Amino acid sequence: MERMKFLCDAERCIECNGCVTACKQEHEIPWGVNRRRVVTLNDGLPGEKSISVACMHCSDAPCMAVCPVDCFYKTTEGVVLHDKDLCIGCGYCFYACPFGAPQFPQDGAFGLRGKMDKCTFCAGGPEQDHSPAEFRKYGRNRLAEGKLPACAEMCSTKALLGGDGDVVADIYRTRVLTRGKGSEVWGWGTAYAKPETQRPAPPQAQPQGKS
Amino acid sequence: MRGRLVFAVLAIALGTLAGCGEKPNVTVYKQGTYQGKPDNLPWQSQPFNGNRADWDKAIDGRARKQNEYARIENQ
Repeated sequence: MERMKFLCDAERCIECNGCVTACKQEHEIPWGVNRRRVVTLNDGLPGEKSISVACMHCSDAPCMAVCPVDCFYKTTEGVVLHDKDLCIGCGYCFYACPFGAPQFPQDGAFGLRGKMDKCTFCAGGPEQDHSPAEFRKYGRNRLAEGKLPACAEMCSTKALLGGDGDVVADIYRTRVLTRGKGSEVWGWGTAYAKPETQRPAPPQAQPQGKS
Repeated sequence: MRGRLVFAVLAIALGTLAGCGEKPNVTVYKQGTYQGKPDNLPWQSQPFNGNRADWDKAIDGRARKQNEYARIENQ
């Protein structure tokens, strides 16, 4: 059973924003919403580092814990998703998230806050797979196409890795041993140090017929 | 006078009928339980049509291709 994780190698990230662009293009994300962004640490100082940040799909996701309407669920692959039909746009998840992942589009007059939007690990959401409704609300479902997230697959220096945690960690270990430095993985302790959230599995839709 | 009485009776009757059509607007949330729509497993829809082994193979292959050291060795 896969356990999907993101890993950003700060030694390799060149702040090209290719991941941000890939995400925006893949899911047709509107202006003002950034599911993924590149953050520079110690900007302007010697040894500055850049990392690509989005929802890390935490093992014990704080957004799930604080949501007052329980619109979050975790898939069998460990991807944290939410139902936009239930979301009330309260913003609690934004305050709880250590990565600032939840985004709120300006929706309507007076700066009204819309329903939360975040990285889905390119796994769509609770709508029929590959349907227009799923694409409109959550973006493309690449995982159901047997593909990994667009940001990781598009990364030119392969700084951003995505996929099963064991595979990704193996790749990173090989790199660290080869180059002999940069073993720190930003955000992994925060996201994956705690054990998996013990929650009842979400209901599953009936499998779609071959069409 | 009679017209007003008829109007009042009709207004009350219409108001009562309108009340009957009111649907409950408050959802009762069960704390800690996801109550949204169900979701498919990624291998249940096209192109895998329920073949989980193929899906696992595709995802694992893509994940391993991110390791350029292995890609160079294989060339």
